[in-house]
Amino acid sequence: MKNILIAGFGGQGALSIGKNLAEAALAENLNVTWAPSYGPEMRGGTANCSVVISDKPVGSPVFKFSNELIAMNGPSLDKFAPFVVDGGMIFINSSVVKYTYEREGIKVYYVPCDDVASELGNLKVANMVMLGAYIAAAKTVKPETVDKMIEEIFTGKKAKLVPLNKEALKAGMALIKD
Amino acid sequence: MAKELWKGNEAIAEAAIRAGCDAFFGYPITPQSEVPEYLSLHMPQHGRVFLQAESEVAAINMVYGAAASGKRVMTSSSSLGISLKQEGMSYLAATELPAVIINCMRGGPGLGTIQPAQGDYFQATRGGGSGDYRNIVLAPSNIQELADFVQEAFDLADLYRNPVVVLADGLIGQMMEPIEWKEFPKRDLPAKDWATEGRKGAEKHHVVSPIFYDPEECYEFNEKTLAKFNKIKANEVRFEEYKTEDAELIFTAYGTPARIILTAVDKMREEGYKVGLFRPITLWPFPEKELHELLGKDHVKAVLDVEMSAGGQMIEDVRLANEGQKPISYYGLGGGLIPTLEDICDAAKKALEEVK
Repeated sequence: MKNILIAGFGGQGALSIGKNLAEAALAENLNVTWAPSYGPEMRGGTANCSVVISDKPVGSPVFKFSNELIAMNGPSLDKFAPFVVDGGMIFINSSVVKYTYEREGIKVYYVPCDDVASELGNLKVANMVMLGAYIAAAKTVKPETVDKMIEEIFTGKKAKLVPLNKEALKAGMALIKD
Repeated sequence: MAKELWKGNEAIAEAAIRAGCDAFFGYPITPQSEVPEYLSLHMPQHGRVFLQAESEVAAINMVYGAAASGKRVMTSSSSLGISLKQEGMSYLAATELPAVIINCMRGGPGLGTIQPAQGDYFQATRGGGSGDYRNIVLAPSNIQELADFVQEAFDLADLYRNPVVVLADGLIGQMMEPIEWKEFPKRDLPAKDWATEGRKGAEKHHVVSPIFYDPEECYEFNEKTLAKFNKIKANEVRFEEYKTEDAELIFTAYGTPARIILTAVDKMREEGYKVGLFRPITLWPFPEKELHELLGKDHVKAVLDVEMSAGGQMIEDVRLANEGQKPISYYGLGGGLIPTLEDICDAAKKALEEVK
């Protein structure tokens, strides 16, 4: 079972990273819950969501301690990093967060997802870059599951966004070397 | 059917459409606003009525009118919005009209917070409206149950001609979880031969009225509905037990805390603690006999009631069912905070320690 927290400013796509991850987990027949923070802090402040993925039915959809944290901005990193368990992982959007985080027993990945997205020509896919980096390192779901999912998310008028998102996912995965 | 990822509030709305809800009247309020949002798009597509009223009071009275005409009808709100609907719910009870009322509870009292809570147990099960009446109250603890119970609620309402409340909380409304849309077996429901649809050639038109001019008449009505409530008690009690067979500590909980406790039970059993969960699914009728029997068993040493409420509300029904058999303690928080797995386990260990 994994507790994954994804946090950032409203508009950075933290909630949709979580939603995509939840959809991918479902596609792999895992049990999953997605729970958003909803409150006044969403207006211009931080937005976060909790995702629990498990082979057993999920009890609590929210948690105090996470196995993996995706921090899209500094305030999210400062607030939630102390609650990552030993042996956990932290993914930092290093295009926005200009400092490092170190703690024994925690693996930290610096993902310049905004820069990579800009290079690809659209800042909006920064979250897909981050999702790529995350699945490459955490191996929560298979890359091909997310790749296939992108085709299912972007349909109709949005179908033209499929190649860009696939490229973003791949670029994110390529950032993880080990 | 393959499983699909659904947000709780949207599942409520879709379930209502699938159940053949003819009309929805509501007024937006966090954390259930996705219910009217979804219905505002989809009800017209199905040729049904969606109406955003000017207030909760107006919405419940529109429900009252539409229900009187024999249509399947629903409203939804959260806590303080449901407070405003209590008068209308009493009227629905007084006229024996079927209606489905969704409460996606948030922190209170007053405007409170928009975060999840369970402070409306008394309001739902005792009735915030006047007079001797009961709502059937269904308490889902995951999105699958939410989708199932909303559909069930329409049938129960029609079957008993009674308001049915689906009591969820903000977390269940806001979260997403995979669910499967099932085909429900068609129930044999009584014809709505009381509906105010015009005379249609009959000698007299139907009248729906919440007033009795003669106390004898009102007394007769109350006796008749009392018999109905007793029938509901006999037929519709639902609950779930998890690993209670040898449990020394029985958790009692509904909704969100109950699902957290499923994990707590497994975790504590791995550590060697014999614990189990008794979860009422119908809060009214409360599974009184079943809980009484369980708590009377020799292996049960203590009870821990857990709610998202300051001091607890369902705990009073747990006490009534217990009839003094075993010590009952409480853990919970009101105002919009969700109890953590760790805190629930600590409270259970403390409760067990006290009876050692």
